[in-house]
Amino acid sequence: MTDWAGRQSDEVVKDWLRQMHLIRFFDEKVDEFFAKGMIHGTTHLCVGQEASAVGACAPLKDDDMITSTHRGHGHCIAKGAEPDRMMAELFGRVTGYCKGKGGSMHIADVDKGNLGANGIVGGGIPLAVGAALTSQMKKQGKVAVCFFGDGATNEGSFHESLNLASIWKLPVVFVCENNQYGMSGPVKDMVNIEDIADRGASYGIPGRVVDGNNLLEMADVMEEAVMQARSGSGPVLIEAKTYRWKGHSKSDAKKYRTREEEKDWRTNKDPIKRFEEWLLEEGRITKEEAETIRQSALDEINRAVEFAENSEEPSMDTILEDVYA
Amino acid sequence: MREITYAEAVREGLSQRMREDSDVFVLGEDIGVYGGAFGVTRGMIEEFGPERIRNTPISEAAITGAAVGAALTGMKPVLELQFSDFITIAMDQLVNQAAKVRYMYGGKGHVPMVVRTPSGSGTGAAAQHSQSLEAWVAHIPGLKVVQPSTAYDAKGLLKAAMEDPNPVIFYEHKVLYKSKSDVPEEEYTIPLGKADVKKEGTDVTIIATAIMVHKALEAAEELEKRGISVEVVDPRTLVPLDEETIIASVSKTGRVIIVHEAVKRGGFGGEIAGVIAESEAFDYLDAPIRRLGALPIPVPYNPVLEKAMIPQVEDIIKAVEETMRGA
Repeated sequence: MTDWAGRQSDEVVKDWLRQMHLIRFFDEKVDEFFAKGMIHGTTHLCVGQEASAVGACAPLKDDDMITSTHRGHGHCIAKGAEPDRMMAELFGRVTGYCKGKGGSMHIADVDKGNLGANGIVGGGIPLAVGAALTSQMKKQGKVAVCFFGDGATNEGSFHESLNLASIWKLPVVFVCENNQYGMSGPVKDMVNIEDIADRGASYGIPGRVVDGNNLLEMADVMEEAVMQARSGSGPVLIEAKTYRWKGHSKSDAKKYRTREEEKDWRTNKDPIKRFEEWLLEEGRITKEEAETIRQSALDEINRAVEFAENSEEPSMDTILEDVYA
Repeated sequence: MREITYAEAVREGLSQRMREDSDVFVLGEDIGVYGGAFGVTRGMIEEFGPERIRNTPISEAAITGAAVGAALTGMKPVLELQFSDFITIAMDQLVNQAAKVRYMYGGKGHVPMVVRTPSGSGTGAAAQHSQSLEAWVAHIPGLKVVQPSTAYDAKGLLKAAMEDPNPVIFYEHKVLYKSKSDVPEEEYTIPLGKADVKKEGTDVTIIATAIMVHKALEAAEELEKRGISVEVVDPRTLVPLDEETIIASVSKTGRVIIVHEAVKRGGFGGEIAGVIAESEAFDYLDAPIRRLGALPIPVPYNPVLEKAMIPQVEDIIKAVEETMRGA
């Protein structure tokens, strides 16, 4: 391990904590609103997976790029999206990232390198490869980080994209967040190998397994991978083992797993708690500071809700805006 | 003016854009030293090198998606899909990604890409290499659809497609690749959404696309001898569709036959018929709107059957005469 993450300044590591809190509060708030029927459509929450999002984006520069998934709120926040405009998007308001036309599964901020969440499982993987191709052809030095879940690695687009990125040595880092479950069952029913990272070997791509609930480990492995990709040595496949605390989407009875298992992950492997403990042990932060960071993140999400609620609905004359064919 | 082939016109148009705009590049299967399955990119790798004439693995989903991603981040990719039938494997990236990005992201993000792809039967390539699936993509809001019928149109429309900030599906007809017409050496643009009246006439309008334009013109020549004056309209682009030219022509002649090579059932001819029926041209109709398209079957291998599947000159002549009789 390079201990790159551990060597970052207090300011940086505290910001990682802040981002993880933001992600958790954001998705918990969204969960609440769906339960109350205040938001329509559907959503996929990443509560419990905060460390893989923040750790993956930790070594990125502002102009690096990401592609995300249907479970993408965490990736957006980790890449610097503003929670108020995200929340406004979920409320379908004109101040949202997509002017209320995209919703939870399509938040994007192309100018800032967030090439978009994606409603098609595996759909964003080739897009990341294309973005990396642009970086290579224009010699921009940018890296594309491509998020996807365990389920996407059974899609053809995953395999085709890894091969393409490998033969062209593209600056892309493939990040598989293996949260152990698909919509209705465990990943082991659908993948007959222990580690999805092994799939990289077929394409000459190094595969790394990471504890996705350990922010420091995630950030360290990512930093190495991003360096490799940026240097022109080609892509890396990282498998972050993590756990989705909530169900697949808003209506999921979670018949495929036990409440005890969920409790174990929540109590013993909470990525935020683990990182906070490390910060305290290392003397990087005081208990009071930790509480202030938590509270300010909560305040920010509450302000985001207020912003969303007070924003305008799109007017009917925007329905044909951005239509060209 | 010199005559060149349709394939040469496409190659010339591509090369001229690439010399002027370093963001334009071509990717596709076997387009490098091989020059593409139909030779369209022949010689281009020698001029532009393997970076910009980018040979890809046989991975239609990934190469299409990579083109979308590259377009979204500042390049102007031209993707050659080796046979238009292979669009089936690229559909997610075209329909769910390329077509949606701009609207779904609230106007942020453009996908300036062109998918060039050879379609049509007549080469004995059978059911999986001969289809005309343009109606599939024309149905999708967010994709422009072009079907040039001549070398001249191909070059000018391709320039417009490459300069368009949005995804364009550019259907080249494989039987037309060797057809010749007068093509200026310099660059020129034919705007998307502008139909071309290939032949003026007064008694009946034939709206034909791609190779059917040539069959319609041949039919028109024979019909002139029989005293029927035929107007042949080539929409050239299905999306956007030049409804104005179509409606004006039908309003003038009062009779219309729509001809395409694609299967008639669910084909784009139904859309054109609908446009006419909903317009003021309806009041001028002296006979029912007729559609000619392929039989609803997979393209057969046997050359006699293959030919029988799609409308031929005689079929068009027969349909026009029946329409003239009001049958």
